[in-house]
Amino acid sequence: MILYTLRRLALIVLLLWVMSVLLFAITQVLPGNVARMILGQFATADAIEAVETRLGLKDPLVVQYGRWFSHILRGDFGQSLIMERPIGPVLAEALGRSAVLAALSFVLVASVGILLGVIAAVRKNRPVDHAVSVFSYLGISVPEFFWGIAFILVFARWLGWLPSGGYSPMGEGFGNWFARLIGPALTLTFTLIAHVSRLTRSSMLETLRSRYVLAARAKGLPERVILFRHALRNALLPTITVLAIDVGWLFGGIVVVETVFAFPGLGRLVAFAIERRDLPLIQATLLVITAIYCLANLAADLLYAALNPRIRYARRTS
Amino acid sequence: MPAGPPEPRPRRRLPGNLVTGAAIVLAVALAALLGPWVAPFPYDEFHIRDRLKAPDAVYWFGTDEYGRDVFSRVLAGSRISLFMGVAATAVSLVCGVALGLAAGFFRGRIDEWLMRLMDLLMSFPPVILGLLILAVTPPSLWKTVLAVGIVYIPAIVRVTRSVTLELVQEEFILAARARGESAGYILFREILPNAWPPIIVEASLRVTFAILLGAALSFLGMGAQPPSSDWGLMISEARSYLDQAWWMAVFPGLVMCLTVVGINLLGDGLREWLDPRLRHGGA
Repeated sequence: MILYTLRRLALIVLLLWVMSVLLFAITQVLPGNVARMILGQFATADAIEAVETRLGLKDPLVVQYGRWFSHILRGDFGQSLIMERPIGPVLAEALGRSAVLAALSFVLVASVGILLGVIAAVRKNRPVDHAVSVFSYLGISVPEFFWGIAFILVFARWLGWLPSGGYSPMGEGFGNWFARLIGPALTLTFTLIAHVSRLTRSSMLETLRSRYVLAARAKGLPERVILFRHALRNALLPTITVLAIDVGWLFGGIVVVETVFAFPGLGRLVAFAIERRDLPLIQATLLVITAIYCLANLAADLLYAALNPRIRYARRTS
Repeated sequence: MPAGPPEPRPRRRLPGNLVTGAAIVLAVALAALLGPWVAPFPYDEFHIRDRLKAPDAVYWFGTDEYGRDVFSRVLAGSRISLFMGVAATAVSLVCGVALGLAAGFFRGRIDEWLMRLMDLLMSFPPVILGLLILAVTPPSLWKTVLAVGIVYIPAIVRVTRSVTLELVQEEFILAARARGESAGYILFREILPNAWPPIIVEASLRVTFAILLGAALSFLGMGAQPPSSDWGLMISEARSYLDQAWWMAVFPGLVMCLTVVGINLLGDGLREWLDPRLRHGGA
């Protein structure tokens, strides 16, 4: 198990390194000149020359890459060209906000998704089951940006219950802060919940057909105990893996959802960086998102191995 | 049941979702094909005096900030979305099937390297991978199609490879090898025709993913460019006018949902209808 974890971690490090090479290569194939991008269109040749020398743009590529990469390893992501601020703090701030958003959505996806799945399984082929399956069908069939827009229209414009987006720091009141979190969180939840509820439903159905559930029924246990104590515990195994994978999906979904709600998190930062072609910022944000995605996938696999006795024992004996 | 000579087996009823899905997809496809002739206005014609008009008898879906007819624009957008879905899937099919066949047939080092590469591609969230491909060059519809296609190559490779691995064990492949047929002949004449069904099912799934991803990229400004009437782009432009003109966002969104649901229903229905196990299971 430890060996496996270490090997996976090594792979992730390798992957991030490949990603860093790719991102660096992008800056090289880009048409146009970095110094000119910084100084603007009407810079004189002398000024460009000076900036290029100062930034070390005339060194061989390998040297440039080595310098850039070693800075990143020390947590220094360089200057944003557009914002003209060091990227590190900007990134950390955005990451923090997105983490809160992702955590809230994740809790919602897990709790509501599992609950819906159990309800649908228990009431199989009844109206509730069909309602849940239509609900999840809509969730996956409709892109998150449209749900976001629909949410803003209904809750912000027509009902006026919630602000339409933006961000307000927690220091300025919990209510304001939370109200701006609900929209993006619910949108993210809605697009992800189908995976969880469908999987829970099918594995729950399978477990309910098993002999030990029959035995528990025969013993005369109350239905609630059978469902939650006996069946759900075993049925959750596949669900948990999907949940961990969803963490990775969350960080893909935030790009769109944060753009819709003008929520200043990591996703908005990526979109901003790409829109404005702010290369150092593109590099930093994409590298961070890739790292999170890989770690979430690793967590999913480890969790699955840890929870599934068959895999655990197989590895121990081999 | 028709009267007359006894039939060997009862005719299978078409699943309801297959019929519904097929009807929706057919309608959208017709809209895409006939759009320019059916639409009441050209999709990019300005009616400055009728800016931001609510839906009425003339402008069924209302008008946008330049007074362009939203209904005509949605019609024209169906062409872009379907093109995006089909073309991007074609890109992933062509690359994915070729790579999957190679990996499953030649095994060994080629297999090892190809699958590592696919793992690498799959290590990025789809939107991010698409953005990465589009980040550095000026956006255009073609590049978005290509980017979306590339994002979904690994899924096709995996399916193709696993089918190929199974087929290679079959006796008719052994026979072909014994006859001394060339690798190309075995791959394309013997394996590929037998590998199609699962690949087609996977590809039909990918069409909706491709439409949604393409729309999301357009929404982020990385796809079709104005004045094009891509649905994602229309919704993105509508964001500034949500206060005054909800119809600018809602109608393209609803039509997109309908399309995606239709394709999904069609895919599910097809699978139910074609898959013998599901059929006899009494689904």
